[in-house]
Amino acid sequence: MKTFPTGGVHPPENKLTAGAAIRQLPLPVNVAIPVSQHIGEPAVVVVNKGDRVKTGQVIARSKGFVSSNIHSSVSGTINKIDTIIDPTGFRQTAVFIDTEGDDWVETIDRSDEIPVEVKLSSEEIIKKCQESGIVGLGGATFPSHVKLTVPAGKICDTLIINGAECEPYLTSDHRLMLERGKEILIGTTILMKALKVSKALIGIENNKQDAISHLSGLAKEFQGIKVQALKIKYPQGAEKQLIKALINREVPSGRLPLDVNAVVHNVGTAFAVYEAVQKNKPLFERVVTITGRSVSNPGNYFVRTGTPVRNLIEAAGGLPEDTGKVISGGPMMGKALPGIDVPVIKGTSGIVLIPRSESERTGILPCIRCAKCVSVCPLNLEPYLLMALSEKGEFERAERERITDCMECGSCSYTCPAGRPLLDYIRLGKSTVIKMARKRMAN
Amino acid sequence: MDYTIIIITVVSLGLLALFAAVILYFIAQKFKVFEDPRIDEVLEILPAANCGGCGFAGCRNFAEAIVKAETFEGLNCPVGGAPIMGEAARILGKETLVVDPLVAVLMCNGTPEHRARTSVYDGVPDCRIAHNLYIGETDCSYGCLGKGDCVRACPFDAMYMNTETGLPVILDDKCVACGKCVKACPRNLIELRKKAKKDRKIYVACSNCDKGGPARRACKVACIACSKCVKVCKFDAITIENNLAYIDAFKCTFCRKCPTECPTASILEINFPPRKPAVETEVEAATVNPDV
Repeated sequence: MKTFPTGGVHPPENKLTAGAAIRQLPLPVNVAIPVSQHIGEPAVVVVNKGDRVKTGQVIARSKGFVSSNIHSSVSGTINKIDTIIDPTGFRQTAVFIDTEGDDWVETIDRSDEIPVEVKLSSEEIIKKCQESGIVGLGGATFPSHVKLTVPAGKICDTLIINGAECEPYLTSDHRLMLERGKEILIGTTILMKALKVSKALIGIENNKQDAISHLSGLAKEFQGIKVQALKIKYPQGAEKQLIKALINREVPSGRLPLDVNAVVHNVGTAFAVYEAVQKNKPLFERVVTITGRSVSNPGNYFVRTGTPVRNLIEAAGGLPEDTGKVISGGPMMGKALPGIDVPVIKGTSGIVLIPRSESERTGILPCIRCAKCVSVCPLNLEPYLLMALSEKGEFERAERERITDCMECGSCSYTCPAGRPLLDYIRLGKSTVIKMARKRMAN
Repeated sequence: MDYTIIIITVVSLGLLALFAAVILYFIAQKFKVFEDPRIDEVLEILPAANCGGCGFAGCRNFAEAIVKAETFEGLNCPVGGAPIMGEAARILGKETLVVDPLVAVLMCNGTPEHRARTSVYDGVPDCRIAHNLYIGETDCSYGCLGKGDCVRACPFDAMYMNTETGLPVILDDKCVACGKCVKACPRNLIELRKKAKKDRKIYVACSNCDKGGPARRACKVACIACSKCVKVCKFDAITIENNLAYIDAFKCTFCRKCPTECPTASILEINFPPRKPAVETEVEAATVNPDV
């Protein structure tokens, strides 16, 4: 079975919610929608305090090309425009809305019909994605229209749809593939049309047999789409690793998938694109897994953006007493939240409640040069060295050692027998090096 | 006994050594590097802390720089201060410049009682990482993170972490204003300010650039940029920028008017005698003013 060759780990899967059908989370009483839910420039608020907005209405417009529109996820009155701590842990501007009913913008098609035929042209699809605020829903939240715009001189011949969901605990993509399989395939067809490619591969890890057989069956009706089972290995859902696993092409250091003629989109994004293009529904809702070993009622929910994480936790039976950390995203790449009043954003794929006994960090012991971190690094880096360089402030050297290639998968920290905070320091080094490089570019 | 073998050995080795010595002599002459002997003389008197407080990589680089320089303008060893610079001036036959001694001051007073904890950070005890990761354990994204990067950076043991307040403490008598802590702090909370007599200080112990409301919500002693201090200051020493007041230590005359005016008590006065009743404030302000 296919997989990527270098590095990787296999943490316990803990997919507790794999059998839990997606339910609709009750509408929140009020939402706080951050203006920056994507990589790139924050959107600019276009509504004022006291305005009435409908569900799906634009409340913040993108600023520049690498940016994204933000839509209201509820209908109601704008209470205030203030700052809030978002899931990244920093304060940013958000639009606070008090919910009144659920009055959607008229142009959104709310029927159960599944239109298969794609009427829009390639350019129209890209424009639609841009207007609808579609971003990568795998977690990185990179604006999708940017990825769909193939620059002159570059060719794309393969579209890869990422259904690997290699993070432990998370099942939002898995459930979406099972319950919205046809929509995902139509979304894939739309993405193929936008990129003008004839071949699409859907990569799914082998622990989701039901999704593989379900989508393979449905894919027979669609031209050019193939479903490929993958060996279970973390971080298979990373762009570069998935490309290597599926089509055996290696993205060079510092380059993009387009340099090897491939584009990767998440299954969640394919579904969002389907909804935007065929149903005219902008991105203001996504599937979120709420899970954890002590959670009494874990599940998968359709959640409106801006909903406080608190509501999700309540739907899952309340915060367990032994909770040590509330993590947004999976336990490997996710980030512990500074509180449970932070809003769900476009990139929130799951909320994992980790018990105190598992969340506590071990003491830091000296490096014994076992090189386990080197052997598990999927990007052929030397984590122990990058950590030491960051710790000592040798950022120029760290840059030469390609610290910016690191995708922060956390395999090194996971595997270190001495409990060393490898990724913590690599992140510090990476962000410092990026800042240094930006400064250099500006001069 | 035959001594010939010993004589041959001694003579041949002696000739070899002579030959090598001649070659080495010419090489040494050819590649000779002239160095001003005064560099070593100056280096001898410098503190040898290699702290970098002067802006050079170490004491030797500084010694080279002051030997080469025309005047002492912009060159100062903050560790040695006036006595060492005077000595160096005597060796080099140059004039000393009067440089005000500085001292490090923490521009944050976010103790637990002033600033409520909103989350618990259990990551690596390193301010840089905490700062990079999120807003911090409190709601103030500008305040001290309390993980002690500055204390670890201090080469003079002039700082320690106060476990009760969670803030670093600077020992004025040990601080030489080398500026290592200033560079170590990821939130730029430490400033080198002019050292006054009896280590007296009046400064805004806050770095929060948020507007009044959010700043006050995050911390009881945050500067809310109400500009009351600016109005009361007769010496134009206080300015407000980015929702934050700043007292210029070079203009401040320690009249002690602003600390009482500040509604959030974010202006601290340190090492002053206790205030007398309100009527006598004017008189007292004049008597305790050490800089006039």
